[in-house]
Amino acid sequence: MTAASVAERAGAESVLESVSRRRRSRFAAFRQRNLLAGGAIVFAIVLVAILAPMVAPRGAQETDYNARLKPPSREHVLGTDNLGKDIFSRVIYGARIDLQVGILSVLSPFLIGIFLGCIAGYYGGKIDTLLMRVVDIVQAFPFLILVIAIVAVLGPGLRNMYIAVAMVAWVSYARLLRGEILVAKHREYVEAAQAMGMRDPRIIGRHILPNVISSALVYAMADVILYIVLAASLSYLGLGARPPAPEWGAMITEGRTFMATAWWMSVFPGLAIVVTGIGFSLLGDGLADALRPSRR
Amino acid sequence: MSRGQYILRRIVQMVPVLIGITFIVFLLVHLIPGDPVLTMLGIHARPEAVTALRHELGLDRPLWEQYAIYLRNLVQLDLGDSIKYKQSVASLIQKRIGVSLFLIGYATVLTIAISLPLGIAAALKKDSIFDQIVRSLLMVTMVMPAFWVGILLLIFFSIKLDFFPVSGFGEGLADHLHHLFLPALTISLSIAPILVRSLRGSILEAMSADYVRTARAKGLGEQVVVMAHVLRNALIPAVTLLGLSVGYLMGGTVIVERVFSLPGAGALLVDSIGARDYPVVQSMTLIFAALVILVNLATDLTYTFLDPRVRLG
Repeated sequence: MTAASVAERAGAESVLESVSRRRRSRFAAFRQRNLLAGGAIVFAIVLVAILAPMVAPRGAQETDYNARLKPPSREHVLGTDNLGKDIFSRVIYGARIDLQVGILSVLSPFLIGIFLGCIAGYYGGKIDTLLMRVVDIVQAFPFLILVIAIVAVLGPGLRNMYIAVAMVAWVSYARLLRGEILVAKHREYVEAAQAMGMRDPRIIGRHILPNVISSALVYAMADVILYIVLAASLSYLGLGARPPAPEWGAMITEGRTFMATAWWMSVFPGLAIVVTGIGFSLLGDGLADALRPSRR
Repeated sequence: MSRGQYILRRIVQMVPVLIGITFIVFLLVHLIPGDPVLTMLGIHARPEAVTALRHELGLDRPLWEQYAIYLRNLVQLDLGDSIKYKQSVASLIQKRIGVSLFLIGYATVLTIAISLPLGIAAALKKDSIFDQIVRSLLMVTMVMPAFWVGILLLIFFSIKLDFFPVSGFGEGLADHLHHLFLPALTISLSIAPILVRSLRGSILEAMSADYVRTARAKGLGEQVVVMAHVLRNALIPAVTLLGLSVGYLMGGTVIVERVFSLPGAGALLVDSIGARDYPVVQSMTLIFAALVILVNLATDLTYTFLDPRVRLG
């Protein structure tokens, strides 16, 4: 190989390297863009929910009989409903209920699933077999139908929806965590901790869990919107929040009766769900991408 | 292991799951806070009626005996009687399930019709503006509540444009297809994003496979490479995913039948909840779960025919 060709090759390599570095950084920027955009949307919605009384031009239940079924205008940005309530204000107050529903619904299945998934994955044996058979059985049901059936017997309302979701949704987290722990428990750091005589709860809690929980967190982020949509659907079926609560699903349902004359009653609360959903989806995708390299 | 043995093994594996779902469905009635019989009949029910229904439902026997009777009746296809409609649950469901199955089939066909071209085009034009638009739109449709989409489609296509009827099932195949177009589209829009995403991913993966490079090196045209080599392999995971989505499809019918006032089994489930007609609620839940298990089994078996590489071990 001549010196010129070596130099040429070195030059080509450095160009390639810089191209790949640029590509990597562009990819990283794209990843960050998802995370930032999702984070910004979710942060804005949380802020609006917290500051609802300050941001909303009117109260959620404030009626104005002279302004019934008014289309969007300067005075009522998103129009009014059949009782003259301001849709914009109700959508803002609705963020409080719907965010709470999304986050609270995720919490118990997340915790129960992680706890049982850890036990099944770490200890294995009969307890694992038994838990996984239960998981198989619960997952055989269509999710929505089982939740509807449980809420139907417990009685309508958001509290019973939380219970139903906790009873059904923990299986996904348990299966996910169990799989992760099955791999992680044979890693050297776990064997080292065991050799040092650490007790199992400490090994699981301090050493394994921080390394495997990221996938469950990403999953939970996607589930927040799933449960907001679920709560809205249950409200529509008369099993969730009841009107006049400014829950977005209940608002869409109220608007159904007036859809021929007042489309804005159903359209805007639905858009609120969509925007929140996009926020959590972007945040979940961004988080998944950001956490991926550390898991490799 | 031969295919016959594999099928037999999968069916045997299904048995404990089937028994498990019957147990959960059986326990549903026991979740009712307070006295389930009083909940069903109302607090003003006559004591004789309460005793009679308690006896009829077997609630005056020990739990294990109740479950044994429940299983025995199930084997004889006896799902009990509806409290609201005063007829056997089996005959009620028989009348309604046709609409739901038609809707599920129609939604599946529409889902394929939407996903296939979109998934292929998005993968072939990876990172183009078209791809970006498709991916953004999918993110939006994925988070839209099905009943909201249904209401929007109703407002626009039925009320404003008068293209489709507002409700009902119609008479005859053409009429059914016309009546159920918007309901089926509503369900498809919630499932198509998942399928397009998977299809796009598996096509991109197949495009970078060695056999595709070989096909191109042989001088085959791009169309032949895509149709004969890429698609054939990329479609298999999509078919499986579609089979696994049947649970979502069924959940979708419950909501959509309500939005479009369709006389299907999903609407029957919702009506029965309102009427506290728990024998119907129980049976519908069981039937939907059993259908999901059967479709999953069918998907698994189809997979072994579609992909010769699938090991039957």
